[in-house]
Amino acid sequence: MDKIPILKLGSFLLVTIQVDLYDRLALNLEADLVQMVNKTNAKGVLIDISAVSIVDSFMGRIFGNIASMCKILDAETVVVGMQPAVAITLIELGLPLAGVHTALDIDKGMNLLSSKIEKDLSDEDEPDDEDQ
Amino acid sequence: MITLSKDSMKIVKDQDVVPFRARVKECAVKVKMGLVNQTKLITAASELVRNMLKYARGGETLIEIINQGRDNGIRLTFKDNGPGIADIPLAMKDGYSTGKSLGLGLPGAKRLVNEFNITSVVDKGTTVVIVKWANG
Repeated sequence: MDKIPILKLGSFLLVTIQVDLYDRLALNLEADLVQMVNKTNAKGVLIDISAVSIVDSFMGRIFGNIASMCKILDAETVVVGMQPAVAITLIELGLPLAGVHTALDIDKGMNLLSSKIEKDLSDEDEPDDEDQ
Repeated sequence: MITLSKDSMKIVKDQDVVPFRARVKECAVKVKMGLVNQTKLITAASELVRNMLKYARGGETLIEIINQGRDNGIRLTFKDNGPGIADIPLAMKDGYSTGKSLGLGLPGAKRLVNEFNITSVVDKGTTVVIVKWANG
């Protein structure tokens, strides 16, 4: 059974999809990723799809699901590296990937995640916080 | 319209979609289709193959390279012996699905190709034929 590796990188999880996705594989990734977020307490998930030449409605929905599930587990998701042809196709297909954050490359995705997490932390800042 | 090459492939399981997409891509490259059109064609094909697997437990696909005048293109046929579609106009509507999906498969696939033809007989099966021209 194929499996897409999930790497832990500090408080983030990094997934680089380098194979052609089929439905079962995408579903497994969804389940594995959500479990990993829970297990590692990750604050952010980066999904690199720069090697993915096709995103159809099913895979688009999986990305949306991953983002929503991770959000409930208090982790942000950023999809990075989408090929221009894939972006054009997704919009014509009618799937604007609402609710999924995107960035051009991994660097920018990391920055986006860091800034989101910092913002969350400062929002939650309270004067009577124990470790302050 | 002249058919330059013909190739059929059976789709019975999830993973079959990977070699199928690769084969379609090969043909698209052969007719010098641009990357955006290739991506649109393969995405549409992926949607239609999924429908076949989901509603009819698979079926048969036909990949053809066709020529009309100065245009070359790819014609894909998806034929299944599934339950068929009773109301095709309804099935072609955005957001309609009898399964638990987004209901984008058929209408989305139609938007991505140049020609789209669907015929269906209830309890007999569904056939979808799509054409994408290299410069379309």
